Amino acid sequence: MNDNFDEIADLLKNGKPPEPSDMAKNLAISKAMAEFEKKNSPTHQGITPVDRLIDTVKAVFNNLIGEFTMKKAYITAGGVCACLVAVSIMYDPYLSGQYTKSLITPEVVTTGVIEKEQISSHLLPKPKADGSSTKSDMLLASPPRATLQAPPPPIEAPVYTPPPIVAPPPITLGAIYNNAPASIAVMDRTQPYSYHNEGRDKFEQIKQNSIKLVKEEPVSTFSVDVDTSSYSFMRASLNNNVLPQKDAVRVEEMINYFSYDYEVPKDKSEPFKANVAVFATPWNPDTKLLHIGIKGYQLEQKEKPHSNLVFLIDTSGSMSEVNKLPLLKNSLKLLLNTLQADDTVAIVTYAGNAGIALEPTKVSETSKIINILDNLGAGGSTAGAQGIKTAYDLAERHFNKNGVNRVLLATDGDFNVGITNQEELKSFIERKRDSGIFLSVLGFGMGNYNDSLMQTLAQNGNGNAAYIDNLNEARKALVDEASSTLFTIAKDVKIQVEFNPEQVSEYRLIGYETRMLNREDFNNDKVDAGDIGSGHTVTAIYEITPVGSKAKLIDDSRYQKPEIKADKQNGEYAFIKIRYKLPDSDISKLVTTPVDSKNEYKAISDIPTDSKFATSVAAFAQLLRGDSYIKSFSYDDVINLAQSAKGEDKFGYRAEFINTVRLAKNAPALTPTGQ
Amino acid sequence: MYNELATIELAKKGDSVAFQQLLEKHYSMMYRVAYRFTGQAQDAEDIAQEVCVGLVGKLQGFNGKSSFSTWLYRVVVNTCRDFHKKVSTHRTLDKCYIELEKNELSDKHDSNKKIAWLYRNIANLEQSLKETALLVLAEELSHAEAGNILGCAESTISWRMSEVRKHLKNAMGSYHE
Repeated sequence: MNDNFDEIADLLKNGKPPEPSDMAKNLAISKAMAEFEKKNSPTHQGITPVDRLIDTVKAVFNNLIGEFTMKKAYITAGGVCACLVAVSIMYDPYLSGQYTKSLITPEVVTTGVIEKEQISSHLLPKPKADGSSTKSDMLLASPPRATLQAPPPPIEAPVYTPPPIVAPPPITLGAIYNNAPASIAVMDRTQPYSYHNEGRDKFEQIKQNSIKLVKEEPVSTFSVDVDTSSYSFMRASLNNNVLPQKDAVRVEEMINYFSYDYEVPKDKSEPFKANVAVFATPWNPDTKLLHIGIKGYQLEQKEKPHSNLVFLIDTSGSMSEVNKLPLLKNSLKLLLNTLQADDTVAIVTYAGNAGIALEPTKVSETSKIINILDNLGAGGSTAGAQGIKTAYDLAERHFNKNGVNRVLLATDGDFNVGITNQEELKSFIERKRDSGIFLSVLGFGMGNYNDSLMQTLAQNGNGNAAYIDNLNEARKALVDEASSTLFTIAKDVKIQVEFNPEQVSEYRLIGYETRMLNREDFNNDKVDAGDIGSGHTVTAIYEITPVGSKAKLIDDSRYQKPEIKADKQNGEYAFIKIRYKLPDSDISKLVTTPVDSKNEYKAISDIPTDSKFATSVAAFAQLLRGDSYIKSFSYDDVINLAQSAKGEDKFGYRAEFINTVRLAKNAPALTPTGQ
Repeated sequence: MYNELATIELAKKGDSVAFQQLLEKHYSMMYRVAYRFTGQAQDAEDIAQEVCVGLVGKLQGFNGKSSFSTWLYRVVVNTCRDFHKKVSTHRTLDKCYIELEKNELSDKHDSNKKIAWLYRNIANLEQSLKETALLVLAEELSHAEAGNILGCAESTISWRMSEVRKHLKNAMGSYHE
């Protein structure tokens, strides 16, 4: 480098900008401080949950020493801003009674400071069997009460007011600058190994479907759901030896993750039929299960329409982890292999701003597409909404009237720039639904995964959502099930089941909590519902209590006289109605199936394998969720049931399921155990 | 002893003194980068202010995966990009970097003119090249750091720098003529 380029570099760095004016600087800082105070005022303090930090540290420990029982406790006083947290003190009181000092890794102290000696002195008390607690137990184990009793800090109080209850003084900047040891504890959180899991995954809360009395509510209506993201998220979590959080477990998505060999209709004019089985409930001898399985018509290769696909790829900084962008690139390459030569693919990226990385290109130009994919890098914040708009624009411009037009959104869902309001995004997607463009959401990464946003997008955008945690999963979602993912054969598919009060006294739908519809929505074609792709299977299971069974949980009404009607339908358990629209139609069609003793399997050995397997998955999901109706059924029972129903298991998914259940047996939960 | 990570941790938890400390310490860097990107003192002040206010929300997103200064560079560069998109009135480049021409600190008036001229040339480059050139040459960051900030591989930065080199050498040639 002889040249004048050195001179250029010198000139550039010497070209120092003028000093900023003090006025501008002060103005900027005071504006920022005003914003800061506003955000951290007591009414807003809830946004920085202490649990998040604890989860982080716990997750780290789980990775380090999975086998050990954990005890953790935290103290909050005066709100989040002025709190003190002593986390994850690891010992196993049940095995040795010894406090294993070597296992103490970081103690994390947030804003309050606590001396190490003090932490240690609180470690030693063991949980008391009689429920009594020492003073230090109190301090560690019942923080919420302490918090509640504390007088709320006055609004104007600076946010770093010392906590009123805890004796140690709050940490101050002075303390940090002058007292290095104290600040070391603060830093522990930022050590490299803790970055992978922030415990910030967001899930919508699910309230388990309750038992319904057939006499009062004979009809149950819900929308189908072919998403599978919940299963792979759960698996990824268990592979890290942590139980997934309850709301991450959606029973129906776990069941629908597996493909079942249901009977398929012969042609696409009637895209699917219902397969029904009634059999004994493995976890309750006094109830029965009603298993409804639907398999969509499978398109032949030559029938497949052309595809106009827009990959919308999140390249924000948060995507740089190995299990995000790099995995995503490989996944999309897999998908390319399954496309036809004259399908078109476009790539839109979004980070701080959205841009078109690749204009629609024929798949035959594979090297060009792969080249672009390989050069995507992660950085910046996430303007997700803008990206979605750009992608839809592009898909509209190259709309293929006779083909499949689909946007595939690949992201960890952490939209933090632009429209970050879920409702706004949702309404945008809803408007685009009528344009004939479908949406698939591929979720990546863990620790900061925004599941509820992904679900909102997929459910409102005529789409499906899959969570991809490894290349195998990518192969399943994008290659093996490419046609299910890409080619919709029926849309707005709703299921309505009417139970016969003569035969069934109570019922509950297992799962589908986020998919329930009102009774009147069933016949209203304007109400959106789930879509079924080519070859997709959908399974729903009801637990039903036959009339006269002692499992009945709801007492009869004292004042309502039972009406007895002698009807020829009296032998039926229920009547299933399925409404769907063909992909290009806005008028729904109806398929009906009665359920009677012909569908019932008396002997365990006669129960179809698929029904048994689906039941074992349903049981597992309910166990993970801690649902109350599952009674004493255990993980081992799940394993036994699944073992007996492995069937052909061509891809080994069912065997993997059994392994996953084994992992769950020993995995510690993230949530406080409340011992 | 100033412990930055501890200060950040405090600021994240709502300690306003810590937060202010961070702003004071980094304001001049925000301003400097913004100036280099825009060539306008007024714009640079606006951007620096936007970064400061934006940090209130964004700081929670800092997870220590990269160093704080790298992370902050990224925030500033992104704010500059957004700013660039928002400002619809395209000023002529001649009006930019005028402060550099008058810069008293450099010894010769000639070289001041040359500096301003160079900056204008860089401002004319395609955006990714411009960002790369400013971070690597003016901010003296390594290719790896620049890659981290701009969200691309180190090799991409190296490739871009060779492009920048070509452009600037050509431009220099014409300047000397």
